[in-house]
Amino acid sequence: MSYSNQGSGEDNIPLKVIKEISFSVLSPDLIRKMSVMEVTTSETYDEAGNPVKGGLMDRRLGVDEPEARCETCGNDWRRCPGHFGRIELVRPVIHPEFVKPIYDILRATCPNCGRLKLTDDEYKRYSERIKKLKKHWRALSDRLILRVKKKAAARSTCPHCGAPQPKIRLDKPFKFYTESEDGRLTRLDPVNIREWLEKVPDEDLELLGWNPSTARPEWAVLTVLPVPPPQVRPSIQLPSGQTSADDLTHALTTILRYNEKLRNAIESGSPTTSILDLWDSLQANVATYIDNELPGGIQARHRSKRPLKGIAQRLKGKEGRFRGSLSGKRVEFSARTVISPDPNLSINEVGVPIDIAKELTVVEPVTEWNIDLMRMLVINGPETWPGANRVITPDGKKIELKVRRDRSELAQQIQPGWMIERHLMDGDYVLFNRQPSLHKMSIMCHIVKVLPGRTFRLHLAVCPPYNADFDGDEMNLHVPQTPEARAEARTIMLVQNFIVTPRYGGPIIGARQDYITGGYLLSRKGNVLTREKALFILGAVRENVQLEEPAIMHPVELWTGKQLISTLLPKDFNFTQATSFKSTCNDPYRCDTDEYIVVVNGYLATGVLDKKSIGAEQVDSLLHVLVKRYGNEFGRRWIDSMFRLIIRYIDIRGFTMALDSLNLPEDAMKKLDEVKNTYIKEAYELLDKYYKGALEAEPGKTIEETLEDKLAETLSKIREEASKIVDDYMNKESEVYIMAKTGARGSLLNAAQMTAALGQQTIRGERYTRGFTDRTLPHFLPGDKGPEARGFVKSNFRDGLSPIEYFFHAGGGRDGLVETAVRTSQSGYAQRRLINAMQDIYVAYDGTVRDSQDAIIQFKYGEDGIDVSKSDHGRLNIDEIIRRVITSG
Amino acid sequence: MPRKSTTERRRKTKAEEVLEKVLNHELMPKAEVVPKDNAKALLRRLNAAPWQLPWIRSTDPLVRSLGAKPGDIIKIIRKSPTAGEIEVYRFVVPG
Repeated sequence: MSYSNQGSGEDNIPLKVIKEISFSVLSPDLIRKMSVMEVTTSETYDEAGNPVKGGLMDRRLGVDEPEARCETCGNDWRRCPGHFGRIELVRPVIHPEFVKPIYDILRATCPNCGRLKLTDDEYKRYSERIKKLKKHWRALSDRLILRVKKKAAARSTCPHCGAPQPKIRLDKPFKFYTESEDGRLTRLDPVNIREWLEKVPDEDLELLGWNPSTARPEWAVLTVLPVPPPQVRPSIQLPSGQTSADDLTHALTTILRYNEKLRNAIESGSPTTSILDLWDSLQANVATYIDNELPGGIQARHRSKRPLKGIAQRLKGKEGRFRGSLSGKRVEFSARTVISPDPNLSINEVGVPIDIAKELTVVEPVTEWNIDLMRMLVINGPETWPGANRVITPDGKKIELKVRRDRSELAQQIQPGWMIERHLMDGDYVLFNRQPSLHKMSIMCHIVKVLPGRTFRLHLAVCPPYNADFDGDEMNLHVPQTPEARAEARTIMLVQNFIVTPRYGGPIIGARQDYITGGYLLSRKGNVLTREKALFILGAVRENVQLEEPAIMHPVELWTGKQLISTLLPKDFNFTQATSFKSTCNDPYRCDTDEYIVVVNGYLATGVLDKKSIGAEQVDSLLHVLVKRYGNEFGRRWIDSMFRLIIRYIDIRGFTMALDSLNLPEDAMKKLDEVKNTYIKEAYELLDKYYKGALEAEPGKTIEETLEDKLAETLSKIREEASKIVDDYMNKESEVYIMAKTGARGSLLNAAQMTAALGQQTIRGERYTRGFTDRTLPHFLPGDKGPEARGFVKSNFRDGLSPIEYFFHAGGGRDGLVETAVRTSQSGYAQRRLINAMQDIYVAYDGTVRDSQDAIIQFKYGEDGIDVSKSDHGRLNIDEIIRRVITSG
Repeated sequence: MPRKSTTERRRKTKAEEVLEKVLNHELMPKAEVVPKDNAKALLRRLNAAPWQLPWIRSTDPLVRSLGAKPGDIIKIIRKSPTAGEIEVYRFVVPG
């Protein structure tokens, strides 16, 4: 059954298959034949505002205003397709896109007899080889043609007529000269060039890569110029009532004007130099009409100094005809708005605003089982959600509900066989996308959940595959319109199918930030919950789970956080993994400090949850193994309920970072000062050594470079040592420490920067050097290379930075921003090139990798035929497979 | 044709020596010509026409050392970081 196309008449359009496309050059005859008139005057409109006969807006070319009728086909502007005209050029000019091919032919042929400068022997050999190669190997024949050109151009006398061969010079963009042996240059004007090209015989052209049956080289020298109809270059009506001509019309007007001037000059017998000047101007104007971004040429400009758009500019680039209008189109049944988070959704749901749900529709056939619902939707109409926007009768008529008053009456008429374009409703499958679409996880299928508000809502765990955050990001949503499309989206594009990514074979969907802190706080030792709290937290799970008996019975019943987490683990699940707190223990089963996760028969015996176990992009983690072993659907539900549980816990516990989490004990402060002083002193000692000339250059470096490297090494030790001290002395309960250790946000280095020293600020990976002559700021002596003078910040964020340090920090920060901006644009372009080069390469059913012509790229995918996402990140773990087979009996 | 000078001939033998060294180097993958009889079966197994295989020029030093002619298929066995050892094929083209 086909739901689309009905009554559209598309079925009646005969189907033709394109077998091949051939490109060729328009011959003057063809240009004259396809033109309906010759454009003779540069005038467009007369004083009364009517188009001038023989002008660029002549009614015979077609019409673009509603009242008029085309004088060629008699149709109005809606139906007239437009008709080409022509400009007869007084003197021929070179087509700017053909300068290079013309140059090649002039060099390879004889000016006297027009033959290709090869001996008969060579000629026979090459033409046979080219004929053979052209059948199968286009690329190879192109290479051979290059060889032919080179060989022929090197001849100094013609092997056919014996005429001496002059050198051809090209003075870019359009001037050709012949250079005789004594170095005298003679101009070859387009008339000479055309005559020469006419002499080249068809057979010789084939050896030069031309196909003379469709393109003769002399056609590359224009004698007639086709004039596109006004439909291609419509005038714009300005609000002031004036009309403004299109850029192409402007360019054609100037061409006509120079053509006219040149004709007058020739007819009145003006001096040759002035004729040549006018000829060159005509050449330049024809060139800018075709391509206004030619190298060396001056750009033709509009009155407002804006460069005119040539024909090439219409086609080229991102906004051009190909990339902008043909490859990139706007689509129906799509929506775009800002995104915001909603931890209560499932990871495969998307919250859709009611306003958008009322605009996007799905065609649903009326059946005897859904007829009551469908009637209700029709009665609700387009304004109330859930409703419907259109009704389609069995004979294909569409009834707009927006304009119907008697919707309840219409609802009663509805019978099975009718179709309803109903609003988007909960449970519909839609595609959700965020640009840039860099990998396949950038477009995934979500299940609609219609919600109040004006933003799309998505689960936080699916941010990593989209690379989304909520600082104003927008995303697109598309509604598949056929049952086939919906089925395809549901079975292969649903979010849970991408928890494990084929990029590196790990879970790309997983916990970040608060989920990680929450998981840690909930699961760590000593965290016990009363019955009331435990059940409240477990209520967030929305699954049927069993809470076992409390870990502590007396004096009050208390459950551990690990017990709550265990409720969600399958009863046959056994697993061990190191946590990020691993330090002293080596045996998971003999560690009583929670450094290893140990799951025995679905019971979390030891270990805390952290980034390594439930985080996104962590290979072989608890989350990864669960998804791999129990499947994508289980994985989705596990993530949903586990993450809701964690959020419910951290909600009632609370987690706020304040200044007091940066406090260090006196001892630590003393130690930090000591470290700073020693290494800064060491740095000055190095400088002393350098000034005394005692510093020896390391191999491959200058003394200055050696000094810089050694200083950087010394100063970076301050950071390292500070990190260690912070790790040792910082309050283990402080929020900063918890976040850094669990991997939720920040690192110990960040903690050290906040509490100890910010460290060296760099620009382009080097210490500060720029600013004033020999110094960074006027606060320092010229030539000062000391740490403070070159951007070393020994203060920290807690105590604050000195103004000079603040300046260095701001500079380093700006450099970082510039760096990221440059990097993203460069990697984006590299990515585009790779995608374009590889877009139609695919893995065939026989395991080979092939291109669009089924030529083999790789004899076995990845040389081992293994799907990265379905193996242990690209490897077969035989031991693990055997172990599981044996234990499962 | 003018006779080659002695120095030129010496240089050529040296080049051949180097080539031999390269061809026997441990990093150089092993290669052999697929006999015409096996080629048909091979192509059927790969489900491909000869031109759909990756090409190698007949002027390639490896091809020359094997004495393969345009139209032949060459089997190359090389080391692979993912699969240990892997067989790949090249179709010899003129040029």
